Amino acid sequence: MTHFNITKTYKAIVIGGSAGSFQVISKILSSLPKDFDIPIMMCLHRLRHVRNGFVEALNIKSNIKIEEPYDKETIKRGKIYLAPANYHLCVELGNTFALSTEELINNSRPSIDMMLQTAAYAYRDKLVGILLSGANKDGALGMKKIHDRGGLTLVQDPKECLIDTMPSSAIKITEIDHVLSVNRIIDFLLELHKTCKIA
Amino acid sequence: MQEIEITQLRTLVDIVKKNYDYDFSNYAMSSFRRRIQRIIELYKFSSIEALCERLSTGDEKFFHDFLSEITVNVTEMFRDPSFWRELRDNVIPNILLNNKNISIWHAGCSSGEEVFSMAILLKEMDLLDRARIVATDIDTAILEKAGQGAYSLKNMELNQKNYIRFQGNFSLDKYYKEENNKAVMDKSLVEGVQFKAHNLVEGASFSKFDLILCRNVMIYFNQTLQNQVLKMFHESLYKYSYLVVGSKESLIWCEIANKFIVVSNEEKIYKKVKD
Ligand SMILES: C[S@@+](CC[C@H](N)C(=O)[O-])C[C@H]1O[C@@H](n2cnc3c(N)ncnc32)[C@H](O)[C@@H]1O
Repeated sequence: MTHFNITKTYKAIVIGGSAGSFQVISKILSSLPKDFDIPIMMCLHRLRHVRNGFVEALNIKSNIKIEEPYDKETIKRGKIYLAPANYHLCVELGNTFALSTEELINNSRPSIDMMLQTAAYAYRDKLVGILLSGANKDGALGMKKIHDRGGLTLVQDPKECLIDTMPSSAIKITEIDHVLSVNRIIDFLLELHKTCKIA
Repeated sequence: MQEIEITQLRTLVDIVKKNYDYDFSNYAMSSFRRRIQRIIELYKFSSIEALCERLSTGDEKFFHDFLSEITVNVTEMFRDPSFWRELRDNVIPNILLNNKNISIWHAGCSSGEEVFSMAILLKEMDLLDRARIVATDIDTAILEKAGQGAYSLKNMELNQKNYIRFQGNFSLDKYYKEENNKAVMDKSLVEGVQFKAHNLVEGASFSKFDLILCRNVMIYFNQTLQNQVLKMFHESLYKYSYLVVGSKESLIWCEIANKFIVVSNEEKIYKKVKD
């Protein structure tokens, strides 16, 4: 197994996914150790008017409890957060979340672009962005923003995606640091975990 | 486009305060920045400085438009249907145990969908003529829309779905007529409603209520302002009456949390138990 030679520490990880990403994200979540410490924020396209059920379904597989944050909740280490139905999840300066009912973006609320862009603004180069399978281009601009602010960008290998529009759109408009299979994304996260623990 | 800096936003906020006496200094930064960005694009300003210059002229008409753009007006009828069921099945019957009439304040009512939902709910409980309803918003343009009660048919599809999940007695189309591609609501529903401009930032408490709804409004404020507004709501409630916030807002962290108890955590319904 080749290493990723991670030389920096990161403050947060943002993950975006849509059609075809549920299995992938479940697999990733089930592979993370209990003491995985870097906060993870996930924005997955979901039914706008179904408030319950989604986070519960993800929690079945996850070693770390996933929560849908409240407005102005403090972002904590060792936590995994999921954007709630019908709200945009944004990162505010000062390490808190802010929720918003602003207009749909790319026909989505929550929008991945919105989460990625606000996170990139707050965390600058201390952010890892991961974009998974999906059928629209939401997230591409967000990945560009992460790259422009010096953060690290990863996408699921389009060849492996159930629907590859999402990662492919990101690849088209910005530089992606790693194009990886799900297994390699997991390897990356485990290596990141080790690096950050030492640091 | 260049990212707007916090210092630039501060300058803009100062100009607005000085010229129009509206204070946005405690709005949540990330959404406020996006709204400013949006206005710059909409009106094709070359930069935030150009927008500031325009605001410095004291042009009230432009400020009126600015105000409607800065606020997020997205809303639905019967948003979170389970909340409206809870209101009908528990909260309102509880209020009526001790009162003959019921007074309600919609703070941040936007284009009125929430107010019409309430009126329909009360009508179906045969209580509409026993209710005193006040609906307020900072944005006078949106208040005008609320008074007209004419909504796009596309939005009505969603409203209809929510109404079904609310398990109303009829079908939502009982309450509106289609005119010129709009759903025009039955005006008699809101005949008794007082729509008025009120700014939660400096607006003082103006009356007392049995029920205050302020859903998805304070998410655009920072915690300082949230605390300030919640104090004012506390003052505006009778003892043992109810406050409702949006489904992803929480009173847990606020300074006056100990003066309320949680009636429903799921639906974010709180009851004032201490003066
Ligand atoms: C997203 S809408 C909420 C509508 C409705 N309550 C709902 O939950 O669907 C937010 C509303 O708050 C209003 N608002 C924002 N700042 C305000 C202030 N300082 N005072 C009063 N209303 C305000 C906006 O004009 C907007 O109409």
